Parts: sequence; C-alpha cells; structure tokens
Amino acid sequence: MPNLYEVFETNDMIEHMNLDVRTITLGISLLDCIDSDLDKLNQKIYDKITTLAKDLVETGNEIQKEYGIPIVNKRISVTPISLIGGAACKSPEDFVTIAKTLDRAAKAVGVNFLGGYSALVAKGMTEADRLLIESVPMALSSTEKVCSSINVGSTKTGIDMDAVRLIGEIILKTAEYTREEDSIGCAKFVVFCNAPDDNPFMAGAFHGVTEADAIINVGVSGPGVVKCALEKVRGKDFETLCETIKKTAFKITRVGQLVAKEASKRLSIPFGIIDLSLAPTPAIGDSVADILHEIGLEYAGAPGTTAALALLNDQVKKGGVMASSYVGGLSGAFIPVSEDQGMINAVEANALTLEKLEAMTCVCSVGLDMIAIPGDVSASTISGIIADEMAIGMVNQKTTAVRLIPVIGKGVGERVEFGGLLGYAPIMPVNRYSCEAFVNRGGRIPAPIHSFKN
Amino acid sequence: MKKTIITVVGKDSVGIIAKVCTYLSDREVNVLDISQTIVQGFFNMMMIVDANNCTVSFETMVDELAKLGDEIGVSIKAQKEEIFRSMHRV
Repeated sequence: MPNLYEVFETNDMIEHMNLDVRTITLGISLLDCIDSDLDKLNQKIYDKITTLAKDLVETGNEIQKEYGIPIVNKRISVTPISLIGGAACKSPEDFVTIAKTLDRAAKAVGVNFLGGYSALVAKGMTEADRLLIESVPMALSSTEKVCSSINVGSTKTGIDMDAVRLIGEIILKTAEYTREEDSIGCAKFVVFCNAPDDNPFMAGAFHGVTEADAIINVGVSGPGVVKCALEKVRGKDFETLCETIKKTAFKITRVGQLVAKEASKRLSIPFGIIDLSLAPTPAIGDSVADILHEIGLEYAGAPGTTAALALLNDQVKKGGVMASSYVGGLSGAFIPVSEDQGMINAVEANALTLEKLEAMTCVCSVGLDMIAIPGDVSASTISGIIADEMAIGMVNQKTTAVRLIPVIGKGVGERVEFGGLLGYAPIMPVNRYSCEAFVNRGGRIPAPIHSFKN
Repeated sequence: MKKTIITVVGKDSVGIIAKVCTYLSDREVNVLDISQTIVQGFFNMMMIVDANNCTVSFETMVDELAKLGDEIGVSIKAQKEEIFRSMHRV
C-alpha cells in the first residue's frame, strides 16, 4: 500500500510542479477511406474519425478525475493526407476540402488539434505531395484545428532540396495568409527530418503507414517536476544530478503509462507508445530553460548549454525507458522559444541566439521550434535554415524539425502574442547573408555515409 | 479489491476526521487505514478506503469531497490508488 510520503509527493508534483499528461493522441489510419471521388472521400474521412474518436475527450476527462492527474489535451493524428487524397485531388483547392473536413471532424469530437495534413517526401515528391504542400497556406488559414507537417529528409535517403525550397515559399505564404493574427498559421506547420510515425505531439503528429488501424499514444510532460527535484541537489556532482533526473523521469513516465493503459482499455483501442518528453508551457515553473538554469547556467544559451541539454535529454530517456516498454515518438527535451518563459527571458537578455539554438538541437529531442523571425526574410533564407536543421538530423540519425514563424509586418525587437499554450515570442534576428544560389540548385542531398564516423 | 486514496491537506481544526468519516459512512465507503501528520500547524491526512460499494459514482464522490473540503477550509482529494503505485513501486 502506498505510504503517506509517496502520496503527498505525487500530489505535490501535480499541484505545485505542473505535472500533467500533456496529450492523449488517438492515431487513426485513413487508408481505408481512399476514394477517387472527392465527396465520397471527405464523407468517409469524417465518418471514420467521428466514429472512432467519439468517446476520446470524455474518456480523457474521466481518467483525469479518477486519478487526479490533469490530462491537458486530447488530440487526433491521421495518415498523411497526401497519400489519402492522391487519387481524388487534382488541385490544391481539392486538398483544402479535406483540411476543412478534418477541421469539422475535430470540432465534432471536441479535440483541440488534429495532425496529419502531411506529406512524406524524403526522397521526392509525387504530384499529390506537391499539391498538398502548395495547399498548406490555404488549408491552415481556413481551418483552426488542423496541423500540417512535411518530412523532407531522412538518414537513409538524404534531403529533398526541391521540397525544402518550395517549403520556404510556403511558410512565407502561410505567414502572409494569417498576417492578421501575427502569422499564427506557421505555428501549425512543421518540417521534419526522420519524422517518427507515432509522435503524439503537435504540430508534427501524424499516423504513420506502418501503424495499426487505430492506436493510443500518450505524451507525458513535467519540466517543473525535474526542476524542483534538482533544486534539492544544488552544488552536488554530475552523478547525483543524473540520478535525480533519471528517477524523476521514471516517475513521470509511469503516470503516462498508467493513463495510456487506462485510455486504451476504456476505448478498446490498442496502446502504442509513451512519448516521454519534457514539453514546456508558458506557465511559470513549467520551463526547460529553468532546468538548464538549475543545472548551473545563468541563462539558456550560456556556454555549457549544449552539454547540459545533452545530459538532460539522455537522462530523461534513461529514466523513461525503464518505466515503459513502449517508448517512442520524440522522447526528450523540447526547446521551443515561445512556449517556454525561461527561453523567452534568455532571448530577451541576448543570451540565446538562433545559432546557439541550432547547436542545441543536435542533442535535444526535436529542433528549431516556435521561433518568431522578422516577416521580411526571404524564402530562400527560410529554406537555408531548414536545410541546416535537416542536415543535423540526417547526419546524426535523429529527428529534427523546424517550426519558424516569419511575422509579417514586424521586426527584431518586437513581440508576437499567440496566446494559450503557444505563448508569446520576441522576434529573433536572422543571418541575412544570401543562400539563394545554394537553395536554388534543385535536386537532392544524397544520404550520408554510415561509416568513417568522425 | 480496488482501493481509493483520500488526502486531506489544510489548516488543522476540530472535527476534520469526523466530518470526512461521516461523509464516507453515509456513502457506504469503508475506511481501511488512516495516517496523518501535522507539520507547522498544517494537517496532512491520508486515508485508504474501499469505495467499491459507494452509493454514488466515483466522480460524484470526488466532487462532493472537494465541496466538503471547501466548507471545512481544507483541500480534500480522492484518487484511485494505482497512480501512486505506478509512480513509486517497480
């Protein structure tokens, strides 16, 4: 039986350290909805999602109440839409009708985001992939709940630079289409290298083609818990530091495992994976940058940041894999700027630059995330930043991602407010030297060699 | 048997245990174990109970206990035991 100390420790984490289950994400395969008739396709997609996910939100709320653990988001991921719409869609506008159907379905079942308006183009684009990518600005500006992601590279195939070039333009266009709301459309769009098939976190969630018909994936969080645990070992050596992070990650992940199993049982949908990520929110005390500060850095971005983040990411994984046999998704520490008050402070203190963030992404779980940049950057500069980040993922055999928000009409030093979980962000300066000739070459960057590792 | 953990946290005053136990007894909830400490005037209590025969739904019990807590001036939570077992026991 649990003892008094354990019970109060758990409740303390929930009440005072922002421990929560960040998301229960229901992955749904839409492969059996494929139809060459666009109207039929849309109807089948709507019916399948609203049937499978009808109890998702209610079940999440029940579990939250019974165990006393907040389950912040209930979400859905679907098969990449470029595959589903390929037979029926002959224009970007045709694809937009699917985005609108997804949005309607998401609203009908009450989830806050639906991911999978996606294309996998690591080696090349089909006509459908290209049409979907071209439809992204329209799709994201005419829907609320739909998130889009494009995988443009992998360690096995290299990087599709034609897609990278196109996406630079698409990001700017999306920013332009949503300029009235500080270009928020770009916050729902992410570019990946080595995208995982089972990621439950937005905006990058999609239901991979290697997955079962429906699956429950759960993302746990808890940067505040790790930070509070580290407060108790200030000044101690690295071994103590690592042990503390591992034990805390273990405890956090076990809660996620319990929630995932329970959700899976109640919905009669198999359990997929736990994603044991430290996902910050703008709430005070829910910050990854604060953990780095507690490890011993004045601000995130100070020398030593990459090493501290590498250590943190590794210990989170080591603690988490013991807690669940099925760990997947992104798993690690997220370093978004706008969603993390400590990161925002670091940027405003000029301690953290885009270049340092890029270095940090070599050792964290994802990449350049939720970074606001001036709206007058060129498409090729955005493509160049994406190419750099994709190269890091490709060579290091890890997932990397880019979610940049060029804020139309605003420049360095100004701020954008996204609200809610997305927070606010100071606009960061970007290196303006041209990479146009590089980006415009066309073609692919070949896959890297897998020996001679230096 | 599935067990439920009830925790009571707040400023100490007369009759906290009595009021919680009266509520539980009215709802056919059996108390299996009680442990408590008082740290700096703050009352920390944990009860392990069997709520399987509870006359109201689990969710209603959670809400009613929270309301009772508001009346007494303490925080009362009811949670299924598994969350604590999962987190602390390998």
